[in-house]
Amino acid sequence: MASARATKIDRLAGLAVRSPDDQDPDGAGPDSGLSLAASAWRRLRRNPVFIVGAVVIGLFLILAVLAPLIAPHDPGLRLLEDQVSRARNEIPPAQPGHPMGGDQFGRDFFSRMLLGSQQTLMVAVLATVIGLGGGLVLGTLAGAFGGWVDTLVMRIVDVMLSIPSLLLAVSIGALFSQQTQFTVILAVAIVQIPIFARLLRGTMLGVRESDHVLAARALGVKGRSIVFRHILPNSLGPVIVQSTLVLAIAILDAAALSFLGLGAADDATPEWGQMLGNAQDFFDSQPHLAIWPAACIVVVALGFTLVGESMREALDPRQRR
Amino acid sequence: MGMALLEVRDLAVSFRRKGEEPTAAVDGISFDVHPGQTVGLVGESGCGKSVTSLAIMGLLPQRGNQVTGSVRFEGTELLGLSQKAMDERRGRDLGMVFQDPLSSLNPVIPVGLQVAEVLQRHRGRSRKEAMAESAELLDRVGIPDPTRRIDEYPHQLSGGMRQRALIAIALACRPRLLIADEPTTALDVTIQAQILKLLSEMVTGTDTALIMITHDLGVVAGLCDEVNVMYGGRIVERAKRHELFAEPRHPYTAGLLASIPRLDAPRGEKLVPIRGSVADNIPWTHACAFAPRCPNALDRCVEVTPELVDDRGGMLRCHNPVEPALRAGAEEVRA
Repeated sequence: MASARATKIDRLAGLAVRSPDDQDPDGAGPDSGLSLAASAWRRLRRNPVFIVGAVVIGLFLILAVLAPLIAPHDPGLRLLEDQVSRARNEIPPAQPGHPMGGDQFGRDFFSRMLLGSQQTLMVAVLATVIGLGGGLVLGTLAGAFGGWVDTLVMRIVDVMLSIPSLLLAVSIGALFSQQTQFTVILAVAIVQIPIFARLLRGTMLGVRESDHVLAARALGVKGRSIVFRHILPNSLGPVIVQSTLVLAIAILDAAALSFLGLGAADDATPEWGQMLGNAQDFFDSQPHLAIWPAACIVVVALGFTLVGESMREALDPRQRR
Repeated sequence: MGMALLEVRDLAVSFRRKGEEPTAAVDGISFDVHPGQTVGLVGESGCGKSVTSLAIMGLLPQRGNQVTGSVRFEGTELLGLSQKAMDERRGRDLGMVFQDPLSSLNPVIPVGLQVAEVLQRHRGRSRKEAMAESAELLDRVGIPDPTRRIDEYPHQLSGGMRQRALIAIALACRPRLLIADEPTTALDVTIQAQILKLLSEMVTGTDTALIMITHDLGVVAGLCDEVNVMYGGRIVERAKRHELFAEPRHPYTAGLLASIPRLDAPRGEKLVPIRGSVADNIPWTHACAFAPRCPNALDRCVEVTPELVDDRGGMLRCHNPVEPALRAGAEEVRA
């Protein structure tokens, strides 16, 4: 019983680090416990914007999970190498067994597109989780302690925010001697940390002055409990929304880094941004090599943005009834 | 009467702002609260009632204000205590009920857990024991079906039930002193009566003392043993409940009483407001702060500060108090 309640709180706190479409179905009933999340979920279910976004993300998730099973070929094998002629700008066309033909190295393009979804989503989710984690720590420090800790953290945040985000990501990515998928994730995540930190700190400062925090202090509740039970859970709403929007930004940033050649050096594991980058030499003769990955990036990012925007609407306290 | 549970002496709170003169919100007030007694602090908005209660609880912001004087609780000086030492007392010895029950409850935690939190904190109960006890407490404050309610969130309760839950939380550890800061202001009139009845039930028969902060003289009439009327940060009149209502001495008290609509007054009779507003206050330094609004004001009232002196069993701060006969005469004129 008690643990069930504890899980409820944990679940609420944990909402922030989840992708939006694995919302717990039992939080959906009109009278079930979750106050803010439940009422938001009720409004979300009826919002066509959210449904479109969730369906898009859902489809890509399914694709990513099933990719190794569906993909007809190993994406790293140069099966059609004999049809490639760089001199004559020839690239294997669509043919039986290879519905989209091959890329400039003769690898099966369809399989690479499918498996690319895995990398792209993984980068997005991991970068968001790391960024969120870092932002939560810094934001909580600043919001809970105030004073010089707050000043110090916020000045660091200001410095990071004063650098254009992509430029910052490129600089961080370039710091590593060897670029891997992990360095991309880290670069994209670090750029997001100050955004989360500032957002959380702002909401926490507001919640800290609220009546129920004063009431909790009047009960002698210890500082630690006040921060983690009374202030933080009430400050997570905007951060949750931001994290869904950051998923979209992370996909775009990661694609940009890969495009600029700061992605994984080993291109046996395909990634859409990298595929897009490789395709630029052939864009005039073989536009489909660029169009497919670009379209996928745009659509997934759009899906996350739609979900994020609709969640922001649903969680907006001014719109609660 | 024995030793007082709470002795407030010359409590003064002033708020400082850069480049400005400090503003005195509370300007040297003294009163005692004895075990089991209910003491009212009455006055209109801005007279320093809430600041007084926050100062007693040690809940004023740490910066930007200056608190002087003395607040002794069971012989211990509270004003000098560290925040940590105060945390041990708040919730255990000193409880507080706030004005707006919805915003005073944490919206993301079930009500039962919020009651249990205090018990875990001060009574060292395990989560399980505390939850069982919180169901009992909710039952005692008259929340129906408490075993179901403990799992509900504040927004699922009605306004009256929320205030009941807050009272349960404040009384969970059986504090010796409960401060209720306008506990009925945000509630319907019918619910107000229930909450007042509940408060008096919870307090009478125990040693718990109650400080009732309100602007509503009806609340005072129903509940308080002794009433302190505050104006401009100072106490202007102190009297037992019956004396205060039968024979208000300070023109401000008389004005407050006259401005209550009465059922037995003839239809069409106009309400008698106190003229002016708190903004017309003048500082206490060389005058009576109420003088600009006072119907009884003399020249002396804007030249000499009246002192709080004994008066007919109570205390009074006025140069020209209302005489019972005068008041009766005034009423005749009105009729």
